[in-house]
Amino acid sequence: MRVLIKIGEWFDQRLQLAAPIREAAEHPVPRNTASWWYVFGSAALVIFILQFVTGILLALVYVPSAAEAWSSLQALNHTVALGWFIRALHGWGSNFMVAIVLIHMMQVFLFGAHKYPRELTWIVGVFLLLMTLGMAFTGQVLRFDQDAYWGLGIGASIASRVPVIGPAAVKLMLGGPIIAGATLSRFFALHVFVIPGLLIGFVCLHLLMVLKLGINEWPMPGRIVRRATYVSEYHELTKKDGAPFFPYAIWKDMFFAGFILLAVAACAIYFGPFGPTGRPDPTIIQTVPKPDYFFLWLYGVLSLLPPSMETPALIIGPVLVILGLLLLPFISGEGEKSWRRRPIAVLTVMMIAITLATFTHLAEYAPWSPHMNAWSGDPIPEKYLHSTTALERQGALVFQAKQCRNCHAMGDLGGQRGPSLDSVAVRLTQDQLIRQVIQGGGNMPAYGKSLSPAETTALVAFLQTLHPPGQRPARDASRDVAIEDEKRPKTEP
Amino acid sequence: MSNDMTRRGFFAKMGIVFNGLVAGAIAVPVVRYLLSSITNGNAGGYLSWVPLGRVNEFPEGETRLATFTNPYVTPTDGKTVDTAAWVRRIDGDNFQVFAVNCAHLGCPVRWFPQSGLFMCPCHGGAYYRDGSRASGPPERGLFEYPYKVENGLVTIQAGELPTPGPRASVDGVKPPCAYS
Repeated sequence: MRVLIKIGEWFDQRLQLAAPIREAAEHPVPRNTASWWYVFGSAALVIFILQFVTGILLALVYVPSAAEAWSSLQALNHTVALGWFIRALHGWGSNFMVAIVLIHMMQVFLFGAHKYPRELTWIVGVFLLLMTLGMAFTGQVLRFDQDAYWGLGIGASIASRVPVIGPAAVKLMLGGPIIAGATLSRFFALHVFVIPGLLIGFVCLHLLMVLKLGINEWPMPGRIVRRATYVSEYHELTKKDGAPFFPYAIWKDMFFAGFILLAVAACAIYFGPFGPTGRPDPTIIQTVPKPDYFFLWLYGVLSLLPPSMETPALIIGPVLVILGLLLLPFISGEGEKSWRRRPIAVLTVMMIAITLATFTHLAEYAPWSPHMNAWSGDPIPEKYLHSTTALERQGALVFQAKQCRNCHAMGDLGGQRGPSLDSVAVRLTQDQLIRQVIQGGGNMPAYGKSLSPAETTALVAFLQTLHPPGQRPARDASRDVAIEDEKRPKTEP
Repeated sequence: MSNDMTRRGFFAKMGIVFNGLVAGAIAVPVVRYLLSSITNGNAGGYLSWVPLGRVNEFPEGETRLATFTNPYVTPTDGKTVDTAAWVRRIDGDNFQVFAVNCAHLGCPVRWFPQSGLFMCPCHGGAYYRDGSRASGPPERGLFEYPYKVENGLVTIQAGELPTPGPRASVDGVKPPCAYS
């Protein structure tokens, strides 16, 4: 033991680091910040370290070449001992990191920690969030499969819409005219060198400011932040009611971080690694690309925006969001910190959380996407074919063969792009059905050129049978009059 | 003493200026290196005429998937240079060649001959048989490659990923997949 102390002293005489480290570890923090609410930042840091280590482990095997990346991932999954586990740790680590960074940000905002004098800590944090998302996207590209390939296509399509520099931005992003070898190489450089390098620098800056300015005190309703008095008030608080960070507060951080690491490992073991899905061969077009879960909300937004809104929303939206986040500490840099006195802040967080969750949930089953195989895979429920005429059955056949099923569900099977047709006859009259089929409209293509008159007649005859037993099909009152008018014997003038 | 300081100060400033000049000189090739993927494509540098197949491989009135190798190839590209295109032979030498990339965000559209529609699996874009927009989020029809038929061979001008943004028009070369 004595030898160890001697060796330690020998090093410290030269490095002179022990004193500042001890000072940093034992700096006083307000007593009630030793809370389970204050553990998310350190948990994000621990996951970042996990990502750093597992990333290096993966780079021992991974080949960043468009020709070989996919095969090297297969080798990691199936050949290299426990390669699947390292991939799974890295993949689940990234999911957890995005989630924890978002939770951390939400907690910090609700506790008013972005206010004076911690504005710059918040701004650096915003950049850390952007880099985390950048790591998530570039990481998805390195998993070079069909989702990655077409995901890059989506990225290029978005970039191309930027006015003036759009086409150049696409070539810069892809490293050439198409998604190919150069694209993967530059995303590798971004994911492995550029963004992690920036991340390390910004994380150090973020931590340094937390140490220098002190951790945000527990917000008390009525304790107002004022530029003139805040710093001295804070020092008074830590002097009067402070406790050393180590070991008074840090044990909760350690327990939570350990628990999160365990959760990542458990998910990795139970669910395994993500993909890779099919080989990134652009001639295989039988694919339904989908982003990873942290970008699912965006996938939903892109489907539901009206076409004319899309380009402005895609280009102006992110700029406004990022500017808003960066300017937040200047807009509300003083005043109440407690969420109990900041109803707008609480409502904003709730609204954003609900919006993101709703879009993510929608994107999980993507009701706007046609089910490409519904027409050949999903049968028409038997009950709709009972006691039907030959014409109506022919119509059911047309319904199936013309891929109507890809967008319209029947008996809960089929696409959800258009309305379910189980009771369409209650909603639309015969004339309206014919018009809708032939001319389309309301987001439905016109089938006038793809259906013969006989097919249209049969199809509409079938659709008219689709109403619940107790409900009569819709009818046009004026049409009844017209038909009766025709039937009535013509009276001589 | 103060004279000496000024001299030192002057040298320090000169040192900064000197380093700035050297950094600037080195930055020129660095920036050109970084932007080479843009400048290589100037004046149609990425575009070439590539064969798709013989005319009689495409029956009249039908739409078939054809594949071609992108003309611009680098050693690490692997399968990614293999590209697909939808070829519609209207009649005789009258063709339409569509990019598989949806005009919305580039996902691969699939052709459904029974309903005469191209459908996109991502966000639900749909196009008619002539490539015009039928429904969904796309703001325009499918991208079309310029084509020509020579000695019974269908060739298209290709080489760049078609994207929905405005294309930089290139002198003397009609950009592929321009607004149809």
